Amino acid sequence: MTQAMLEVKGIDVFYGASQILFGVDLTVEKGQTMALLGRNGAGKSTTFKAIAGIAPPRRGEINLAGVTVSGRKPYRIARAGIGYVPEDRQVFPEHSIEDNLIIGTKKGPNGEDYWTIERIYEVFPILAGMRTRMAGKLSGGEQQMLTIARTLMGNPEILLLDEPSEGLAPIIVQAIGSLIKQLREMGVTILLAEQNMHFCLGIATHATVVDKGQIVYRDTIEGLRANDAIKQRYLAI
Amino acid sequence: MELEALAGCLSSMSCAVTQVSTGLIIGMLLFLVASGLSLIFGVLGVINFAHGSFYMIGAYFAFSAYQLTDSFTLAILSGALGVGIFGMAFERLFMSKVYGRDVLMQLLVCYAFILILDDMVKILYGAEYKLMGMPQTFALPPFQIAGGFIPSYYVFMIGISAVVGLVLWLGIAKTRFGKVVRAAAINPTMVGALGINTTLLYAFVFGVGSMLAGTAGALAAPIRTLTPGMGLSILIESFIVTVIGGMGSIVGAFIAALLIGLTRSFGSMGFPLFVDGMMFGIMALVLILKPSGLLGRPVH
Repeated sequence: MTQAMLEVKGIDVFYGASQILFGVDLTVEKGQTMALLGRNGAGKSTTFKAIAGIAPPRRGEINLAGVTVSGRKPYRIARAGIGYVPEDRQVFPEHSIEDNLIIGTKKGPNGEDYWTIERIYEVFPILAGMRTRMAGKLSGGEQQMLTIARTLMGNPEILLLDEPSEGLAPIIVQAIGSLIKQLREMGVTILLAEQNMHFCLGIATHATVVDKGQIVYRDTIEGLRANDAIKQRYLAI
Repeated sequence: MELEALAGCLSSMSCAVTQVSTGLIIGMLLFLVASGLSLIFGVLGVINFAHGSFYMIGAYFAFSAYQLTDSFTLAILSGALGVGIFGMAFERLFMSKVYGRDVLMQLLVCYAFILILDDMVKILYGAEYKLMGMPQTFALPPFQIAGGFIPSYYVFMIGISAVVGLVLWLGIAKTRFGKVVRAAAINPTMVGALGINTTLLYAFVFGVGSMLAGTAGALAAPIRTLTPGMGLSILIESFIVTVIGGMGSIVGAFIAALLIGLTRSFGSMGFPLFVDGMMFGIMALVLILKPSGLLGRPVH
């Protein structure tokens, strides 16, 4: 059996006294695009924050390529190869596009330096046209692209995208979708949290469904597409 | 009021030149101290109330190093680096414990250190005034510009402060490290998620800010009397400077420091009894007209 790229094993996460995640298990193999689906408040963002070390799990563990990273500080988890793109974009608004990319620059855990600014501009031509523009002045879609690009500059082993389609116009959502597909085809391993199932059906290879802090379903994306009961029960809006 | 004296000085080139140079050295010292205060506040969000004491120990470090080695270069270096290292240790051991806490907690920790450092100085050097004396290197005839005399040490001090200020500004505005520092000031969680060790970054920034105060203290040592408590007045003036210039803005601190320096040097001729009042008056005016300071960002 091949070793999983990311392995989340039975994590419990609390905010203060209230428990948000209950024994969440999640596995992403190298090269997969795993969709983590669920309604608003189901626990998607918390799962991401737990993986990134921002909301450390109280129980359970998280392994990256066989190495336990849970319990480490967020910056060490990032250096281990987890590239976390938070849901509300969080560009550095008073820095230019290029400066945002420069801040994200680091080598991968094994010295990888595949992503350079020039390569980013090839994949994100829209950013190349406005390198000196302040990030705070960009549209929501452009900011979303920039946060993804900024995290890629750190050469992560796996990219965690938290609700990249949220609050964006349909045409921009399409552009983000084809960008994610392009990254998938380049071999980037992706974990993608979404409420928007239709967005995921087009781009993910696998799906996991979370509801009320627990995993309720996991399959390939084709399996999910065919399973009306699950879609109806957990994902219908 | 002796406004005629001020008018007379302003109409005489030689007097004006002398007063401007005095204003500049006051302003440059203030700029170094205030920019450190402002840098620490801008990035870490804490106010180092002990900053004036760091200026003081910078002066005493320089004094001791000069007595031991007779080298003014080593005196400046030990003032700057000594206080920089001290600041880093202070941040790690004490200040980092009160991040995110009530500002009164920060005040309490810093005030404790103001007292401790003053007493340490009294124990080690005695309570009486100390004079370091002007290094031999600067025993030169003063520069003469338009009939006004400027001591050679003043020229050196203005020059070196300007270089330090420029390096600081370039470092923050242009280098990757400076970009990371500015980003961490706005969103430390995101900076951490990109793989940057913000704990280390904070300690380093605190060290650089302290180093600026130490450098100012070392540069002031030859022209000021050293005394425990010498940090207090410069601390208050630095607060005035950072409020006028805008918290977190280095360029703002520079402009405000020169403004206060010149107010001091010309004010001491024209309205000697109202110099402090004038400084606070300017600050009050800025607070009314532009509460975030000349170059500060409005607080959201």
